Amino acid sequence: MKKITGAHAFIEAIRCEGVKHVFGYPGGAVLDIFDAILDAPDLQFILSRHEQGAVHAADGYARASGNVGVCLVTSGPGATNTVTGIATAYMDSIPIVIFTGQVSTHLIGNDAFQEADIVGITRPCTKHNYLVKDVNDLGRVIKEAFYIARTGRCGPVLVDLPKDVMNSLVNFKYPESVSMESYCPTYRGHLGQIKRIVGMVLKSKRPVIYAGGGVIHSNASDELFALAEKIRVPVTTTLMGLGAFPSGHELSLGMLGMHGTYAANMAVTETDCLIAIGARFDDRVTGKIDEFAPKAKIVHIDIDPTSISKNVKVDLPVVGDCKLVLKGMLDQLEDMKQEISELRNNSESWLARTDEWKKEKPLRYTQGDTIKPQYVIERIDEIAPDDTIVSTEVGQNQMWTAQFYRFKQPRLFLSSGGLGTMGYGFPAAIGAQVAFPDRTVVDIAGDGSIQMNIQELATAVQYNLPVKVMILNNGYLGMVRQWQALFYRHRYSHTCLSTSPDFVKLAQAYGASGLRVENPKDVDDAIREALATKGPVFVDFVVESEEDVCPIVPAGAPINNMLLV
Amino acid sequence: MKHAISVLVENQPGVLSRVVGLFSGRGFNIESLSVAPTLDPSKSKMVITTSGNKQVLEQIKKQLNKLISVIKVVDYSEKSHVEREMILVKVKAREESRAEVLRIADIFRARVVDVSPTSYTLALTGDTGKLQGFIEILYPIGILDFIRTGTIVMEREMHGRRKLVS
Ligand SMILES: Cc1ncc(C[n+]2csc(CCOP(=O)(O)OP(=O)(O)O)c2C)c(N)n1
Ligand SMILES: [Mg+2]
Repeated sequence: MKKITGAHAFIEAIRCEGVKHVFGYPGGAVLDIFDAILDAPDLQFILSRHEQGAVHAADGYARASGNVGVCLVTSGPGATNTVTGIATAYMDSIPIVIFTGQVSTHLIGNDAFQEADIVGITRPCTKHNYLVKDVNDLGRVIKEAFYIARTGRCGPVLVDLPKDVMNSLVNFKYPESVSMESYCPTYRGHLGQIKRIVGMVLKSKRPVIYAGGGVIHSNASDELFALAEKIRVPVTTTLMGLGAFPSGHELSLGMLGMHGTYAANMAVTETDCLIAIGARFDDRVTGKIDEFAPKAKIVHIDIDPTSISKNVKVDLPVVGDCKLVLKGMLDQLEDMKQEISELRNNSESWLARTDEWKKEKPLRYTQGDTIKPQYVIERIDEIAPDDTIVSTEVGQNQMWTAQFYRFKQPRLFLSSGGLGTMGYGFPAAIGAQVAFPDRTVVDIAGDGSIQMNIQELATAVQYNLPVKVMILNNGYLGMVRQWQALFYRHRYSHTCLSTSPDFVKLAQAYGASGLRVENPKDVDDAIREALATKGPVFVDFVVESEEDVCPIVPAGAPINNMLLV
Repeated sequence: MKHAISVLVENQPGVLSRVVGLFSGRGFNIESLSVAPTLDPSKSKMVITTSGNKQVLEQIKKQLNKLISVIKVVDYSEKSHVEREMILVKVKAREESRAEVLRIADIFRARVVDVSPTSYTLALTGDTGKLQGFIEILYPIGILDFIRTGTIVMEREMHGRRKLVS
C-alpha cells in the first residue's frame, strides 16, 4: 500500500463518509489540509467570512438535508470562533462534525502560537470530541466522529488535528465499521411499554400530543400524522417541532409555550393525557413547572434517557427512536378498532373545546399605515413556493415566523431554539442553499441579529447562493425592548438601534441586491421581486417599531397565564 | 443519603475531566472521588460519592451513562457491597498524650507510619463511619493534618442463593 499524508488521509476519510461540501476558513495549522483539498475537486469547499458563519452554515445544511454538516477551521482563534456555532448545534441536537487545526503535538501545552485547548473548551458543548495524536488513529476517530454525530440523539462532534499529524505518512485504510463498547443508543422502544402507552392513551378523555424536534430528527412526521389522524388527537408542537405536523391542519393547535397559541396552552393545561414525543420539557415550553399539564398523565417518548424525568415527572416513559416507537404504537392500534372508536367518541367534545379555544383567541394583529411585521411573514408564506426553506434570527422576528408562517413539512424551518443565537439565521440559510441550490431559501431577520453575521453576504455573493434576507427593521432589539416595556416600566436600556447601516446600500456594496419597503401596499411586490432576483437579496422592511409578540407568558408563570395583547 | 457510584471508563487522557466537568456543569456535587486503572489496563474505574434526592441521582447516573467514554455505571447503594477508605492523620503527641494516641490507634487497628518527637502519623482503613469516629476521638488531642483517599467499593459475592461468579 502506498503511504499518504495525514492530510490526504483526512480527505479520503470524509469522502468515504459521503461528504460533498465543507464549510470553513484556512490558517497556518491547516495548511496541509487546504493544500490537499486542491487535489479533491469532488469536494466543494465554501469559504465563510467568519468561522462562526461556517459552523452555522454546516448546521443549516444538516437541518435542511438531514445529512451531517462538516466544517474545517484553523487552530487557536479559528477554533475559538466556532464555539457559539457548536453550542448552538449542541442545544438543538444537530449532527455536525467540526475539524479544527492544532499546533504540532510536541508544542501542545507550551502556549505555542495560535494554540488553544479547543477539546477542553468544547467539552461541555459537544456530544463528544477528540484530539488525534497519532496518524494511525485518524481513520478510526473520523469514523467514530461521524457515527456519534448522526446516531442516537444527534449532536456536534469536534476533531482536533495537530499539524504534524497531518503531514506525517500513513498506510491508510478507512475502517468499514465502528466498534465502541461504551456507545450504543437505544432505537427500539420496549414493546411492553409501548403497549402500556397505547392502553393509557385509549383510556384518556382529553389527550394531546406535544411534539418536538425529535420527531423531525427521526423523520417521524408521517407516523405522527398517521397516529394523530387515527385516534384524532390534537397536536401542539414546540418551536423545534414546527413542521413535524402540518400547521393549519384541523388537529393542529400550533406552537405551545411562552409565545404559544391560546388553544395550545389551554389544551395542555386541561389535558388528562399528554403524549410528549421527541420533546424535552424546556422552560420556554413549560413555564412554571409545577403547574404544567397539572391534570395529565404524562407519556414521554425520547431517544435520550436523560431527557426523561429531567424536568417533569413522567408516568410512562419509553426510550427509543420516535419513528420506531410511533410505528410500534400504530401496529398495536391495528386491531383495536373498537377501542379507537370509543376514544374518538369520547374525544369529540374535547376536540370541540379545542376548536372553541382556537376560534375564541386566534393569533392576530391589525395592519395599519405602517407595515406590521406579522403581515410581512404572512405575505412571504403566501407568495413563496411550498418547499421554501425559512431560517430565522432570534427575537421577535423568530417568534412571529413561528406563529404566522404555516410550516407544513419538516426541515423547512431552521432556527436556533435552545441557545437562541442571534446571527444564526443568515449563515444557516447559506448552508441550506448549498444543500438545495434550486430551492428558495429565506432568512427572516431582525435589524439587530443580521448585523451579527452580516459578513457572510460576501460568501453568498462569491458562491452565488441566492438567499433572500427579509429584515424586519423595527429599529430595536425588539424582543428585549418588549420585555423592558412589559416588565421594566418601559425603561429602554440600550435596546434602541438608532444607527443601523443603510441595508440597501450595504447589500449593493457587497455586490448583492437591496430593496427597501416602507408602505404596506408595496410588500407583495417587493417579496415577488426579491424571489425573482437571481442572486442574494436584502429586503429592508421598515416595520412598526414597537409591536409586541403576543401572547406572552411572563417568565416563571404557568402557561395558561397569557398576556394576550 | 450518600451514594457511592462507580464509573468504568476508558483509560484515556481527558476522561476524568469529562466526568468532573459533567458534575460541575450540571450542579451535582462530588463528596469524594478516587480513580485508578483496573485489572484491564485499558480501563479505569472511578468511585464518586455524591448525594441528592432520587431525581438528582437518576440524572447523575443517566448523564454519566450518556458520556461516550463511560462504559458502565453502578450505584452501590442498591447493592450489597464492601466499602473502604484510607486516612492518614498527623496527631499532636507530646509527653502526656503519646500513650493515649497509641491506645486509640490500637483500638481502631490503625498503624503508626511516622513518628516525630511531637507527633504521630497514623494510617487507618475502614468505612466512612469508622474514619469519622477515629477523627472525632483524636480531635480533642489535636489533629495537625489529615488526608483521605476517598471511598472505594466492591460488590459482595453472594453465597448460597446465587452461585459465585468471577
Ligand atoms: C448572540 C446573542 N446576544 C444577545 C441575545 C439576546 N437577545 C435576544 S433577542 C434580542 C434582540 C434581537 O433584535 P433583532 O435582531 O432586531 O430582532 P427583533 O426582536 O427586533 O425582531 C437580543 C439582544 C441573543 N439572543 N443572542
Ligand atoms: Mg429589531
